[in-house]
Amino acid sequence: MNGSDLIMYEEEFRKIDEELQRLYIQTNSKVVFLVDKNGQLIASAGETHDIDTTSLASLTAGSIAATGGIARLLGEKEFSILFHEGEKDNIHISLIGQRIILVVIFDRRSSLGLVRLRVKKVSESLVRIFDDIGSKTEKEKTEGRMEESPFAEISDEDIDNLFR
Amino acid sequence: MSFINYSSREINCKIVYYGPGLCGKTTNLQYVYKRTNPDQKGKLISLATETERTLFFDFLPIALGDIRGFKVRFHLYTVPGQVFYAASRKLILKGVDGVVFVADSQIERMEANIESLDDLRINLAEQGYELDKLPYTIQYNKRDLPSAAPFDSMNKLLNPRNIAYFEACAVTGIGVFETLKNVAKQVLIELKKHY
Repeated sequence: MNGSDLIMYEEEFRKIDEELQRLYIQTNSKVVFLVDKNGQLIASAGETHDIDTTSLASLTAGSIAATGGIARLLGEKEFSILFHEGEKDNIHISLIGQRIILVVIFDRRSSLGLVRLRVKKVSESLVRIFDDIGSKTEKEKTEGRMEESPFAEISDEDIDNLFR
Repeated sequence: MSFINYSSREINCKIVYYGPGLCGKTTNLQYVYKRTNPDQKGKLISLATETERTLFFDFLPIALGDIRGFKVRFHLYTVPGQVFYAASRKLILKGVDGVVFVADSQIERMEANIESLDDLRINLAEQGYELDKLPYTIQYNKRDLPSAAPFDSMNKLLNPRNIAYFEACAVTGIGVFETLKNVAKQVLIELKKHY
C-alpha cells in the first residue's frame, strides 16, 4: 500500500469540519469540500444534498492531476489555483500542502476576491491539521494503535461475506 | 492509497482497470454498473470522445457492504487505452490499491497487450509501486471471438508468475464480477496485513 494511506481520526475530522463550516459561512458560498489528491472525498459543508459529491471529488482530483501534468511540462512545480467561471455558479479549486484539494462553489452572493482571501487563511489551518494527522499515523505505526482498527480481527470469512 | 475514515466509519479503496485500447475496460465498468443495486452504486462517469473512446478516465464508485461496522467502498477507474494518452494514464494510477489488467484475446492484439503491460509496469514504477507487490488480477477478455488466441499460450505470455486470472466476455458479463471480486479481496487482505 506504499505506506501512504490516508487515515482520518475523529478529533482531526471534527477540526476539519469546523474549518470548512467557517469557510462556508465566511465566503457566503454554496458548497465547500475537501478532497485528497487521489479523488477521495474527505469532508464537505453547505448545500451538498443535491450535488453528487463523490463524482465531483473524483473529477476535481482528475482536473488537478491533469493541470499538474501541464505544469510539469512547462517547467512549473504546480499550478496551485484553478478557477472556473460559469453563468450562475463558479468553482474555485486550490491545492493545499501538495496533498489536499479545497473546492469552493459559489454564485453571485459571493465574489472571487472574498473566496481567495478566505481560502488562503483557512489553508494554513488545514495544513497544520493534516500535519497532525501525518504524525499521528506515523506514531501509531511505531507505537501501536490508539483507536481500534477495523482490520484487527477481520477474518477471511468477513471478506467472503462481502461478496455474497 | 486507501482512505480509512474513523469518523464516518468508511474504508475507500481504488482499483484501476488497465489494458490496451478497445480491450473492454469501459465495458467492464458498464456491466458492473448495470448489474449493481442502485443503493450500492454512484454515477458512472465517462470522460470520452465523441466516438466513445475513453479520453481521460471512467469512474464508478460502488459500496460492497460492511466489515466490522465499517462501510467498504471501491472506486473503480479505467485508463484511456490508446497509446498516445500515455500522460493521462500515469495520472490515473496515482494512489492505486489494486490493478486489473484487461487483455484482448484476439491474436492480432497480442503485441498491444504486451506493450500495455510494459507500460503499466513503467508507470507504476514512476509512482513508486511494483506490479508484483500490488493486488493484481488479469482478465482475458473477448474469449468468445473466433480470432481469440489459444488460452495457454496467452497466459504463458502475459502471466509468467501465474497469478489469478479470469476468462471473460465483458459484453455479456462473463467473468466481470469474478475479476472484480478477486482483486477487491486481494486489496482487503493487503489492508489487513498493514493495519
